[in-house]
Amino acid sequence: MSDVKTGKVIVCDGNEAAAWGACLSRPDMVAVYPITPQSSLVEYLAEFIADGRMSADLMDVEGEHSVLSVLHGACLAGARTYSATSAQGLAYMFEPYFRTPGLRLPMVVSLVTRDAVSPTCVWGGQQDAMTVKEVGWIHMYCETQQEILDTIPIAYKVAEHPDVMLPVNVNHDGNYLSYGVARVELPDQQVVDSFLGEKNVNWHACLDPERPMAVDPLTGGSGGVGPATFVRYRKGHCAGMQAALSVIEEAHADWGRRTGRYWSPLIEEYRMDDAEVALVTIGSMTGAAKDAVDEARLDGRKVGIVKIKTFRPFPVQRVAKALSKVRAIGVVDRAVNFGWNSGPVYQEVLAALYHLPVRVPAMSFIGGLAGADITVEHFAGVVDRTLRLAAGEAANGPVWLNEND
Amino acid sequence: MHEVRLHGRGGQGAVLASAILAAALVEEGRHVMAIPAFGFERRGAPVVAFLRLSDREIRRVTNIYAPDIVVVIDPTVVRAVDVFAGMPAGGTLVLATSKAVADLELPNHLNRVAVCDAIRIAMDIFKRQITNTIMLGAFAKATGLVSVESLEKALEQAHFRDAGLKQNIEAVRRGFAETTVVTLGKEAAA
Repeated sequence: MSDVKTGKVIVCDGNEAAAWGACLSRPDMVAVYPITPQSSLVEYLAEFIADGRMSADLMDVEGEHSVLSVLHGACLAGARTYSATSAQGLAYMFEPYFRTPGLRLPMVVSLVTRDAVSPTCVWGGQQDAMTVKEVGWIHMYCETQQEILDTIPIAYKVAEHPDVMLPVNVNHDGNYLSYGVARVELPDQQVVDSFLGEKNVNWHACLDPERPMAVDPLTGGSGGVGPATFVRYRKGHCAGMQAALSVIEEAHADWGRRTGRYWSPLIEEYRMDDAEVALVTIGSMTGAAKDAVDEARLDGRKVGIVKIKTFRPFPVQRVAKALSKVRAIGVVDRAVNFGWNSGPVYQEVLAALYHLPVRVPAMSFIGGLAGADITVEHFAGVVDRTLRLAAGEAANGPVWLNEND
Repeated sequence: MHEVRLHGRGGQGAVLASAILAAALVEEGRHVMAIPAFGFERRGAPVVAFLRLSDREIRRVTNIYAPDIVVVIDPTVVRAVDVFAGMPAGGTLVLATSKAVADLELPNHLNRVAVCDAIRIAMDIFKRQITNTIMLGAFAKATGLVSVESLEKALEQAHFRDAGLKQNIEAVRRGFAETTVVTLGKEAAA
């Protein structure tokens, strides 16, 4: 396309890509507290600000609870805001994290996903992000360093859309993506500027002496206007989440027109046209899954992939439709759902499949916990087992992919 | 696609070297994926970094288990870890050592061995045993997969804590010039 501007090529890891995505989105205030495997992201932001590349105020505070609280104030005062955290940092951030979407604050926070302690570990896994999936933030998971960079401006576009007005977590896998280095194209600043347009983040609730208002009033209870008011807030929040589904698609399409990079906004269907069985993946594991599927296809085995990009709101109809024609499904998770003895994405997929008139057999596979690798060979095993499931072998599981590694 | 595994010790810059090599390869139009193996890195402990390069897009974001090229930037780390683990037949070894190839104990499946007395060169240039950029020059000589010019361009983008750009450019050039490559038991270059 002639109107697509191609930017400078850099070679960087996922944390630097996220820092560039934030930098190009021109936040007014950044507050971050370092934690492995997010720490270098903080260092890149500090460097960009010190070098004058970024004009944001950088708040040095004493921990993640204050990080998000500071940004609440900034957002209510009209600032575009950014942060990033992982695992125990997210746990410490949880109290203001819970408040953020209810206040309808359109901030963007990267989760550099990491497994949760105990047992003690500091490495990648999606247990942290999956544990906060019900709090009402939008969650998008990235597959590559380039997708991390591109998804952060897209996330601002979604968050600040007047029909949405919700915070967005842009998630990238700790270690494999956070420290993995690849070729990344930097969009031109004016491309991002015209994509995002003028920000207006506090038209609904603000801290402004010229517009005095009570923010976050006491509601609820069982009498007076309480119950109806509380329901109105909750219904509005749910409506914003559902509105986000189409806004996310529009924002990705708009970004594609301006940069030439069209990322699948809700789910990506890979070789699904004639697929007889499907794998469901999320995040950076998907690249190895694609390689394994290509190898299986060379052997005449009709396998495809449905990759989840947007996990919250869950694209129920899209997932159900994509999986409606297959005879078996293998869902690969990088986290544990303790309540269902499965992976969390598996549980979501099962719920979406209820919308189909037929029952499709499915199995849960869990791998890549606490920094473990999910290799092409692991995925070849998932393909084999899912094909056997399609052939009538009973489901069991979850299958722990790294059990013998 | 080539799969490269770099061995070093914490503090020598093996991970930074893999990132510089990645940048140089992209400069030449290749696709790369470089991932440091992770642990509680500390100065002196054995460290590993992985790098894939290809003329086509690389999708798998995984560690490397069967490297066709192994680069060892520390002469002593071969006593601590099996640097040949998983290496298929016909591979290339690029080793920092003061020994000649004939004096090394090597598995017989290697196709090519390159040696560079990187510690001596490092003491000349940096007055410290920092061998990472010297061994990038050795990698260029041994494999022909990247040019010294591209490595120099990549160095210009890198952030050095310990030594300046000029010294590191000299390190790459001397690493290239002072590496001996032996193919199939026959001296290929001096």
